Amino acid sequence: MGMKAKITPDEVKHIGELANLKIATKDLEKYASDLSEVISYVSRVQKADVKGVLPTNQVTGLSNVFREDVVDSSRMLTQSAALSNAKRKHDGYFVIDSIF
Amino acid sequence: MLLDETISNLSKKLRSRELSSVDLVKDAYKNIDKYNSKINSFITLQDKNDVLKEAELSDKNRDIDSSPLNGIPFVMKDSYVTCGIRTTSASKVLEDYVPQYSATVYQKLLDSGAILIGKNNMDAWGHGGTNENSDFGPVKNPWDVSRVAGGSGGGTAASVSIRMTAFGIGEDTGGSIRNPAAWTNTTGLKVSYGRVSRYGCIAYASSFDTVGPAAKTVEDCAYVLQEIAGVDSKDATSSPVEVPNYSKDLAKSIKGMTVGIPEDFFSEGLDQEIHKAIDEAVEVYRSLGAVIKKVKFSLLDYAIPVYYLIGPSETSSNLARFDGLRFGNGRDKFTDETSRRIMIGTYSLSSGYYDAYYRRAQCVRTLFIKEYGEMLSKCDVLLAPVTPYAPTKIGELVSDPLQNLLVDIYTVTTNPVGIPSLALPCGFDTNKLPIGMQIMGSMFSEDLLLRMGHAYQMETDWHKVKPPILDK
Repeated sequence: MGMKAKITPDEVKHIGELANLKIATKDLEKYASDLSEVISYVSRVQKADVKGVLPTNQVTGLSNVFREDVVDSSRMLTQSAALSNAKRKHDGYFVIDSIF
Repeated sequence: MLLDETISNLSKKLRSRELSSVDLVKDAYKNIDKYNSKINSFITLQDKNDVLKEAELSDKNRDIDSSPLNGIPFVMKDSYVTCGIRTTSASKVLEDYVPQYSATVYQKLLDSGAILIGKNNMDAWGHGGTNENSDFGPVKNPWDVSRVAGGSGGGTAASVSIRMTAFGIGEDTGGSIRNPAAWTNTTGLKVSYGRVSRYGCIAYASSFDTVGPAAKTVEDCAYVLQEIAGVDSKDATSSPVEVPNYSKDLAKSIKGMTVGIPEDFFSEGLDQEIHKAIDEAVEVYRSLGAVIKKVKFSLLDYAIPVYYLIGPSETSSNLARFDGLRFGNGRDKFTDETSRRIMIGTYSLSSGYYDAYYRRAQCVRTLFIKEYGEMLSKCDVLLAPVTPYAPTKIGELVSDPLQNLLVDIYTVTTNPVGIPSLALPCGFDTNKLPIGMQIMGSMFSEDLLLRMGHAYQMETDWHKVKPPILDK
C-alpha cells in the first residue's frame, strides 16, 4: 500500500464542485471512502526514484503538427445539422442558462 | 456456420460468388436473434432489412479491385461516432446522441465496403475492466453467462466470440481490447499509439487511447489493420510512419526470434492455471525455433498507480466538455465509476496535489518507457499473461473499485509507453474458461507481433474453439 490518504466528505464536495458534478449529500461519505482507498493506493508513485527524470506527456515523437489556416468546407456542419442534437434552441441558436 | 471462417476465406468466396454478403449478414443476424438477449452485447443494432439492402448492393458492385473487407459484416464499440447512427459510449449522458459526422476508422471501413451490423455495449466511457459499468446493463460472457465478458470492450469481443460478426473494432486505453479478447477466446490487437486515427473516437484518456481490431484470428486482425492504419490529417497525433503490408510476411518463419519473458508478470497474483497455459505457449515458441530469454520489469508495482492517475486526469478534462447544451444530457447522468474517475483526476490535477500525483505519474511513465526499451533491446518481443485470473462472476468486482482496477495490472503498462500488444487465446482452465496471452513489441512492430501470433495459431487450435452455447 502507498501512503494513507484521507479524503473527507467536505473535500469530496469541493472536488465535485471543481469537476462540475453535483454529488448528493447522502453519497459524500461513500465517495470519501472510495477516493481515500484509491488515492492511498496510487500514492505508491511517490516511492519511485524519479530524481532527474523528466515527465512524459505524450509518446508520438511528433511536435508542432501544423495545417494551413484555411477553412475546410468538407468539415463544416450546416446550421440545422449543428443544432440537430440540442435540447433547447431558438431561431438557429443554442439556448443556455445565463452564466452570471 | 459461415462466420467461423477467416476473413481471407470469406473474401475469396465472396469474390468467386461461392458466397454472398447477404448470406453472411443473415448468418450474423441469426446469431444475434438467438443470443443477444442472453449476452447483451449490443447497444444499437442496425435494422436487418436496411443492412440486407446494403449487402445486396455490395454483392452487385464487388469487383476484382474491391478490398478484402468488401461485403464483410462488422461491429464497433459504441465509442466511435457514426454519422446518423446513435452513439452512446454506454452512458445515459449520450443516450439520444446521433452524430453529424463519422470517425475516420468507421469511414475507412465503409470505404472498404465492410458492412456495419451494430454498436457494441462497453463500460461507460471505457471506464472499467469487466463491462459491468454500462448504463445499458452488463455484457455476459458467451462461455458462461453468469460471468463477465471483460472490459471495457466486452460487447465487441463477445459478439466476435459468438459469431454475430466477422470482426469488430475496439478501443484500448489500458487493456480494453486485450482483456475481453482473453476472456472470450478471441484475438485483439492494441496498436502503437498513433497507428490508427482517433478522430471521432470518444476520448477516455487521449494520450493512451488506441483504435484496433477484434477478431477470431491473428490473420484477420492483419487484414483489418491494413484498412484502418495510417496518418490522418484530422488527428494530429496520428503517425506518419509508413504502413507496411501486414499479411505479406505473416507466414514467414519465426526461427531465431527472441521471446522475452518478463518474470515480474508471473509473480504471486497470477492464477496458476494461467501461468501453466503460458508456460506451454512458451514451449510452442521454443519448438518453432524461438529463443526464450528471461527479462526484468521492476516497475509493476507502479503499473496501476500510473495508469490510475494519468487516465482519470485526462478523462476529467475530456469529460468536462459534456454539458448537455449542444448534444446529450446533463452531467447528473454520469454514474458512480465515471464520477469517481472524474474526481480522482480532478484531485490529482488540482493545485497542491499536481506535483505529488499527476506530474509524478508522468515521471514514472518515463521510467516505464526506459524499462520497456531496455527489455526490447534484449529481445524481439515480450510474452506475458493478459489478466491475472479468469473472468469473474457478474457483480463480484463491481462493488470494490480497487479490486476492479487490479484486473488490468498486466495490460496497463503498455499504454503509457505507446507500444503495441497482441492478445490471443492460449488455453482453457478447469472451468472451461478461456485463457489469453499477450505479445508486446517495440513501437510500430505490429507486423512482427502479427507474424509471431500467426505462427502460434498455425501450431495450435485454441482460437478455433467456440463457446459451447453455440452447439446447443
